[in-house]
Amino acid sequence: MNGEFLTPIDAFTVIDLIFMSMLVVVGIAIVRLKDLFAVVMLSGVYSLVSAAWFVSLDAVDVAFTEAAVGAGISTVLMLGAMLLTARQAAPTKPARHWVALIVVCATGAALLYATVDMPSFGDPLSAPNAYIGLEYLKRTGPETGVPNVVSAVLASYRGYDTFGETTVILTAGLGVVLILGLGGPAIKRKKAPAKTKAAKANQSKILGAHHVVLRVISKLMIPVIIIYGAYVQFHGDFGPGGGFQAGLIIASAIILYALIYGIDAAKEAVPPSLVRLGAALGVLIYGGVGVINLLLGGNFLEYNILNPTHPAHGQELGIMFVEIGVLVTVASVMLIIFYGFTSRQPDIKDKDW
Amino acid sequence: MIFATSLLLMASMSLMLVRLLRGPQLYDRVLAVNSFGTKTILFLCVFAFLIGRSDAVDIALLYALMNFIATIAILKFFRYRALDVALSRTRRRGEAR
Amino acid sequence: MSDFLHILDILRPYVAGIALLSGGVIVLIGASGVLRLPDFYTRLHAAGVTDTLGTLLVLLGLILLSGFTLLSGKLALVGLFLLLTSPAATHAVANAAHKAGLKPRLGTVKSQAPGEASGDPS
Repeated sequence: MNGEFLTPIDAFTVIDLIFMSMLVVVGIAIVRLKDLFAVVMLSGVYSLVSAAWFVSLDAVDVAFTEAAVGAGISTVLMLGAMLLTARQAAPTKPARHWVALIVVCATGAALLYATVDMPSFGDPLSAPNAYIGLEYLKRTGPETGVPNVVSAVLASYRGYDTFGETTVILTAGLGVVLILGLGGPAIKRKKAPAKTKAAKANQSKILGAHHVVLRVISKLMIPVIIIYGAYVQFHGDFGPGGGFQAGLIIASAIILYALIYGIDAAKEAVPPSLVRLGAALGVLIYGGVGVINLLLGGNFLEYNILNPTHPAHGQELGIMFVEIGVLVTVASVMLIIFYGFTSRQPDIKDKDW
Repeated sequence: MIFATSLLLMASMSLMLVRLLRGPQLYDRVLAVNSFGTKTILFLCVFAFLIGRSDAVDIALLYALMNFIATIAILKFFRYRALDVALSRTRRRGEAR
Repeated sequence: MSDFLHILDILRPYVAGIALLSGGVIVLIGASGVLRLPDFYTRLHAAGVTDTLGTLLVLLGLILLSGFTLLSGKLALVGLFLLLTSPAATHAVANAAHKAGLKPRLGTVKSQAPGEASGDPS
């Protein structure tokens, strides 16, 4: 409590408090609701609110990721997962779990006690701000030439961590593939079209009229979303964004296509085999940059070596390639998961929703 | 002025939250989520001016795109389940509403 | 001519303020409509209509405040996206509810029992 409570409450504190109370309300509602659809929606709202709150805390990059993950992709993927499971939470017996209550209370009390020792928000003397943070801020500009310190730390100083994270994402995709299959065309669907091709085309023409608004709008939006993804990817050096977010955005553009035009159409546009290739290719690109550095005589992921006369340019180049690797892996894995979840059931007909 | 607008937007966000929690139909909730998203986008735009960082507008732009996708996804997947397009082993148990 | 532009420049923050506040008020009115109106379709119209106008007003105010910069371009882009997606999403929700067989509540408010007119017949 380093004098934090002595300062008058300013406008931002009010905004923070409102957001935090919204978060509490949404959190309690998530725990109490049984309808899983509502829970998924509420968790989307939870990440919306927390992203807005992160912006107010000046953590723009975190807010950006939260926006891309929480509101878009994770909602879609959770809904896709729910296709395979129940729609309502299983009723639990209203029993008193005293041990659990005690554990929760003790943890809560410990956390509350720990907050007393936390530095107040924006304290220039706190450990992260004083030593390592200052060091990063000082060195990023001359060493990497990347204005956004977060991107530089992520891709260059903490390059190993990010490599690990990319591999973790690939592993998650592999896990989904192992459990739910490769996301190829379901066997059931092969039997259904007993009609001739002409009849089918005619039918789809009639059905296509049903969602004409959504089709037109999504046709307008999908290219824009992909361009925005590219902007996020290549502007990540200057503003919030980077490979992770761009991958999520591009994947969600394709998911939008799949939602409106049907999963089969999406699979024709972006075949599952391509997606599986991409998931591995991204990690390969990332690792390949590291290996190239090794071959040029530097350390693994030491981008300076890419341009010996001007190390900062080498850094920029390395960061760019590494981010492209992250983009490819993230987008592919998201699509693997989406295809994996949705391919277990035949696609819904247009006139039915 | 900007602050007043952001307060107005936050007030409408909390009203939307109440509707979201009360339901009663799923479609009410979808409507509330979509509208809540629109208000959050507006809030982020206004807030960018309040803190003097234009980065928040990037996030608002992202939301404007994501919100649409999430809404469509909820609607479509809900119909999937409502029509019960086979293959899932759990029959519809608590189909109370 | 330059006098005229000068006057416009002086007026700009005031116009922006009016647009911002009226946009905020409209959004708030729409939100209270969503909270208070009796059934889904009325709530839908409250949200859909006010969101579009309020959004445009707020963004217009912000664009006026920022002048001709990259930021105002981004804001205009946000406005364009919302103008495209928000009515489309409203349409999709209404369409889905209609497909699911959700009936609007007809008659005066008192004549029916409180609660929903019908559930989805899934």
